[in-house]
Amino acid sequence: MSASTAVEAIVESEYEHGFITEIESDTFLPGLDEGVVRAISARKGEPEFLLEYRLRAFRHWQTLATPRWAHVHYPEIDYQAISYFSAPKSQDGPKSLDEIDPALRETYNKLGIPIEEQMALSGIAVDAVFDSVSVATTFRTKLAEAGVIFCAISEAVHDYPDLIKQHLGSVVPHTDNFYAALNAAVFSDGTFVYVPKGVRCPMELSTYFRINARNTGQFERTLIVAEAGSHVSYLEGCTAPMRDENQLHAAVVELIAMDDAEIKYSTVQNWYPGDAQGRGGIYNFVTKRGDCRGARSKISWTQVETGSAITWKYPSCLLRGDDSVGEFYSVAVTKGRQQADTGTKMIHLGRNTRSTIVSKGISAGEGQQTYRGLVRIAAKAQGARNHTQCDSLLIGDRCAANTFPYIEVKNPSAQMEHEATTSKISDDQLFYCRSRGLTTEDSVSMIVNGFCKQVFNQLPMEFAVEAQKLLSISLEGAVG
Amino acid sequence: MLSVKGLKANVGDKEILKGLDLEIGRGEVHAIMGPNGSGKSTLAHVLSGREGYTVTGGSVTFEGQDLLDLEPEARAHLGLFLAFQYPVELPGVNNTYFLKAALNAIRKARGEPELDAVSFLRLMKEKLKVLHLDDSLLKRPVNFGFSGGEKKRNEIFQMAILEPKLAILDETDSGLDIDALRIVADGVNALRSPERSVILVTHYQRLLDYIQPDYVHVLAKGQIIRSGGKELALELEDKGYGWLGAEEAA
Repeated sequence: MSASTAVEAIVESEYEHGFITEIESDTFLPGLDEGVVRAISARKGEPEFLLEYRLRAFRHWQTLATPRWAHVHYPEIDYQAISYFSAPKSQDGPKSLDEIDPALRETYNKLGIPIEEQMALSGIAVDAVFDSVSVATTFRTKLAEAGVIFCAISEAVHDYPDLIKQHLGSVVPHTDNFYAALNAAVFSDGTFVYVPKGVRCPMELSTYFRINARNTGQFERTLIVAEAGSHVSYLEGCTAPMRDENQLHAAVVELIAMDDAEIKYSTVQNWYPGDAQGRGGIYNFVTKRGDCRGARSKISWTQVETGSAITWKYPSCLLRGDDSVGEFYSVAVTKGRQQADTGTKMIHLGRNTRSTIVSKGISAGEGQQTYRGLVRIAAKAQGARNHTQCDSLLIGDRCAANTFPYIEVKNPSAQMEHEATTSKISDDQLFYCRSRGLTTEDSVSMIVNGFCKQVFNQLPMEFAVEAQKLLSISLEGAVG
Repeated sequence: MLSVKGLKANVGDKEILKGLDLEIGRGEVHAIMGPNGSGKSTLAHVLSGREGYTVTGGSVTFEGQDLLDLEPEARAHLGLFLAFQYPVELPGVNNTYFLKAALNAIRKARGEPELDAVSFLRLMKEKLKVLHLDDSLLKRPVNFGFSGGEKKRNEIFQMAILEPKLAILDETDSGLDIDALRIVADGVNALRSPERSVILVTHYQRLLDYIQPDYVHVLAKGQIIRSGGKELALELEDKGYGWLGAEEAA
């Protein structure tokens, strides 16, 4: 029996029992109260400390109001209309690729994604076809040999409770902001990475993730701990758009780097941006923060954001250790009716701390984009340095780009540099490329990729290539 | 190969070309000279398909095809090349990558197989040698941070790689010192062939000291008012445009 007929068989058999199936009973009714938080924790069989943590977060969340300062507009979210727990639901997804939005399939094909992976990304149960289990096992063995822990955070809660207890919420406390509090109360699942002292993680934690991290849900939680002298590169997301039914996403990512440790965190986000009128897209409200806790530690964020209807996201670095280094490299694309308010925060606390910010914003169609960045040099951060470069590229005349840099310096020895540019793809550039034989679309793609090069250079090699392709696809039809 | 008949073109409401005739045969080098504002650059842009010019009359055929109906890239695919008076900077776009994409776009349009990276590299090395250019050019972003002379040399290098049937050099000599001019002219001469025609749009006779044209045309007030051999250029140098009644256009 093929995978699809097997799935059909299951679906049909369930239908005989009416609409209330076992699967549906695994999804909570919409609404959020203390009972729901307790039920989530109970369903996951969590230890007491985690339930307490969730409840503290929930009670705090109830005292908070939705933040309004971001430069984005959207209808009020009804938090009581959302269901906060849903078990993996491979059976109620589409049955075959024929049921997938043709536009989505087109994108998959252009990205050259193999058919099995297309099915997996679309939410079709393909375990029978897709050789992910053996691949995953190979990776797991290799990582275990190096002593690296890499697992779902719900597993880690059981297997490594001390590590979770020690680190969860230590970088982004549940009191940090509205969405962080909500996430802490109801987080569904996510990833835990622990790299022991002196270990260099033997692989990019990426391929593995692409295969395994489905259905992590809308309140994802990631925790990465790099002990002294260790090194890890982690890749979140996928260049292919994921099929996703949850409109609101409020993830929390916490990174901890001890003495001499280095964490490189790369994101490619390509969630559904909504239709041409902006309906139905994902709201992506994320709190990402890295703590350079140890001396000479380094945390580097690289992000390529092309999806979501609304993006609200500021991957940040707390530079606490002396001589620690924070980096932020970002490409954000908004087109159609997409809105993004994104940037970073570099908080210099230790001596001789350094940070680099390179932000490339691209706006097309009626896209609205804001760069919002904070660089704070604390009074005791002797000899801190920051370099910020913030470039916007406009395509067409209906889009907008804003830049809000905040700079707070409390130590006179600080060195700050801030560069910002706004440019348009000029008719001259387009004509020049076309007169050499390139089509308008290839020309735009080439100019835009040139604009983003500094950031793409930071991505792992094979991913940089995919990111370039993704960018070209995102901007198709943006000109002319 | 190129036949321009009664070409009229406007920029905005203003008529710049007022019935221009020009015939160019295979392998010929034609110089088009004229005072400022006579329509030289407009002619170059109309031929290569730049937006912002409205053709109001006449026809242009290139190897039997109606050129005016085609997009700029389609003209490039047919074998037309414009060396820009002011080459455009493309920050972050690698010169090698750009040229490979351009050449392969042209080859693909002609139904020829695309060149792989190795064959392309070989082709570039060969052309650099012919033009006596330095290979540091290849690693830099297109024209970005280039000096004026480097930009013009890069145009000639692109022409060498793309091997057009008809190259239009729009005031390629402007802004060049005498050494740079010689390098560019040597490049153009090295690319002369019985298969390749060239239109040299220029203001001054001095370029023609280095590139000997087969024909010289004087463009004034949107029309060719005199055509002749290369001696015409010398005569112009001597007597000025006023001699032909072609004062500076309004």
